[in-house]
Amino acid sequence: MTATRHTRSGPIAYALLVVILVASVFPLYYSFLIASKDNSALGDAVPSLVPGGNLFDNLTRVFDTVDFWLAMQNSMVVAGTVAISNVVLGTLAGFAFARLRFRGGNSLFLVVVGTSMVPTQLGVIPLYMLMSDLDWYGTLQAVIVPALIGAFSVFWMRQACEESVPHELVEAARVDGCSVLRTFWHVAFPAVRPQAAVMGMFTFMTAWNDFFWPLIVLDPNDSPTVQVALSTLASGYYTDYSLMLSGASLAVLPVVGIFILLARQIVGGIMQGAVKG
Amino acid sequence: MIAPFFVVFGVFGLYPLLHTAWVSLHDWQLIDGDQGFTGLANYAELLSDGHFWNALGNTVSLFLLSTIPQLFAALGLATLLDRGLRGRAFWRAGVLLPNVISVAAVALVFAQLFGRDFGVVNALLGVVGVDPVDWRAETWASHLAISSMVVWRWTGYNALIYLAAMQSVPKDMYESAMLDGASRLRVFWSITVPSIRPTILFTVIVSTIGGMQLFVEPQLFDPGGTATGTGGDDRQFQTLVMYLYEKGFRLFDAGYSSAIAWVLFLVILVVAVVNFAVARRIASKG
Repeated sequence: MTATRHTRSGPIAYALLVVILVASVFPLYYSFLIASKDNSALGDAVPSLVPGGNLFDNLTRVFDTVDFWLAMQNSMVVAGTVAISNVVLGTLAGFAFARLRFRGGNSLFLVVVGTSMVPTQLGVIPLYMLMSDLDWYGTLQAVIVPALIGAFSVFWMRQACEESVPHELVEAARVDGCSVLRTFWHVAFPAVRPQAAVMGMFTFMTAWNDFFWPLIVLDPNDSPTVQVALSTLASGYYTDYSLMLSGASLAVLPVVGIFILLARQIVGGIMQGAVKG
Repeated sequence: MIAPFFVVFGVFGLYPLLHTAWVSLHDWQLIDGDQGFTGLANYAELLSDGHFWNALGNTVSLFLLSTIPQLFAALGLATLLDRGLRGRAFWRAGVLLPNVISVAAVALVFAQLFGRDFGVVNALLGVVGVDPVDWRAETWASHLAISSMVVWRWTGYNALIYLAAMQSVPKDMYESAMLDGASRLRVFWSITVPSIRPTILFTVIVSTIGGMQLFVEPQLFDPGGTATGTGGDDRQFQTLVMYLYEKGFRLFDAGYSSAIAWVLFLVILVVAVVNFAVARRIASKG
């Protein structure tokens, strides 16, 4: 990427960007704002943009209403396992596609890419039956196992291996008598560590934010993930916005934290993953 | 080494999808199991089901209202970001932020923003003298509100994808156009858009698939009605996936729900192909 582009930007461009940025951040700030007030303050004709003093009361109510700690833990376990597994299995498959010659490799890779077009949402009924047959309803593995590896991870890590794992190194290791797995672990994996880290973050965030499948396969009243617990907060007889948005503010903290720490890499990752024109 | 992928995909991806077709040909109850083969009866019933057509209409309306503004806004935003900016990484991260927030959290915040009595949107409208809108009760209003969530969440993401494509357009093309005295808008339509055509097609297809499967945004938009999943009292914002969920997991009619799933799959296919054709024509002009 070059430092100078074809045009320099004037104040109007910056003003526009500031407006867009405010629009991006406002709903987040707003949910924190409501989370810090008590419900009666919501009736003000013009809502005040200054936080109130009820944050801790509201958070306490969240933990009284649903077992939010347990939900956070569950989400951590789900997203953590899914991320690690996608990194390991995705890199294995990506390495195989990028650096090992085997019959039908190219067409198998096309199949992998093709599978990302299959909308998994549409198979939920049999998937649910399958989970019941396995006696997995209400357990975390029902959420974890189907997400252990995805086409995106394979695709992404194949690209990473193409870029960062030199052919010569792989061949040298093989000549020295390294097994395929040893070559993978000692030569390929260290070379793609940065890309693997970005990918791990992506999959962590996706798994953390997932709602539809956990809603179906977990018992909302027992031990769901954070997102499902949020919907439980929302489904009370009357709509308690301070309660709901306190929960929502808590649920976005981990991903927003990760995002702020790794924004540069994640943005770069999305731009790299895009189809170039 | 690639076996784990195919095992997981086969068991938890492909098998359920194909099995859905089989289930859809039966009177199949989620709890009681298979009640017998009925052929295409579920599909026939679907065609005369007003709720189904309503959900289909809502889905298409929400999809159009969210995808079109989102992609145009993303193109504009990408052009803005493609200029020489100070603090480039900061702006890029800023526009992507909405995308990392979970849909569930977004839906709850927007449900509040679009509240009838105490919502910020109505408060702002009041400032310019517009009467409060009942965002949940009216079809158009609810569709606008729900689409705004989708637009908010995905515009920045698509802008970054466009930006990546724009940066690989050769610079001398711009320079010679500028020398010829072309206006900025003309350069945008005649050089930028045609150059990033494959990327535009890609985003159109991806957002079509996403848009046709809208679920969480409308489901949580009416927090009080979340439990019923009907998308408002008159189903004014019930989408196809919500209807699938209602039939399958609220009323336990797995056969009927599976028929909805397959019809939805076909609709997605048709809309994606139509979109592809239209976008290709639009993008090749100029």
